[in-house]
Amino acid sequence: MTGIPMEHGLILAAILFSLGLLGLMLRRSMLFVLMSLEVMLNAAGLAFIVGATAWNRPDGQAMFLLVITLAAAEASVGLALMIQLYQRFRSLNLDSASRMHG
Amino acid sequence: MELAFYLSGLVAVLATVGVITGTSPVHAVVYLIVSLIAVALVFFALGAPFAGALEIIVYAGAIMVLFVFVVMMLNLQADSEREQRFLKPRYWLGPSVLSLVLLGSIVALLGQGGVGETIDGELLTARSVALTLFGPWLMVVELAAILLLAALVTASHVGRRSNPLRKRNGGGSS
Repeated sequence: MTGIPMEHGLILAAILFSLGLLGLMLRRSMLFVLMSLEVMLNAAGLAFIVGATAWNRPDGQAMFLLVITLAAAEASVGLALMIQLYQRFRSLNLDSASRMHG
Repeated sequence: MELAFYLSGLVAVLATVGVITGTSPVHAVVYLIVSLIAVALVFFALGAPFAGALEIIVYAGAIMVLFVFVVMMLNLQADSEREQRFLKPRYWLGPSVLSLVLLGSIVALLGQGGVGETIDGELLTARSVALTLFGPWLMVVELAAILLLAALVTASHVGRRSNPLRKRNGGGSS
């Protein structure tokens, strides 16, 4: 029981963040893009929690609450946009909405 | 504590790989829920039980249920051909190299920086978090409330069934 080095927690957050970034660049379905964004926000929250527990201060946990709030707002707006995309194009492929008209 | 941290970190990484490589939307959503619960276990292992409980309640309980509702409402199937094309190396090579370079640079920075702090699993209770949140951080809580209100208005405006803009344009042209 010697404790976890802080670098390991930060490396786990970095791995999760880059996996989310990879999914964001790789997928063209809007559902998967939104889920990759959730993974990236979650990794940022994990980094805040690691900082909060390493220095034993509650500020990082308060920041994690704000990250969760941001994720909830982003998910609700993103899912509403996804429903609109599906009603217009009958598909979730983001490439079908790549053209502006109007 | 260490064993729980490393095991649930491994589960989180594997489930996230399952999210970004999955083809069926429902399977990907369930993988994401597993990943979030594993991250909540990481929080418990680090000694932040309040954040872990919030992660399960808010993330896995509210946000992911929203995803599941939308997937079931739209009755999504797995796209067979257009989504499968990312399995070819031509498509995944560039993004993976980019994110590997990013990850490698972060890990190298962490390796040479030497933060030196260790996490010994001392508990940060909900009481100290609440005292911080409603003491010096009170303005930020108000800002979060305004953000949630704006998200509520935006979601109920964008997510309507009928689009009055289209109706108005049709009326103007006829």
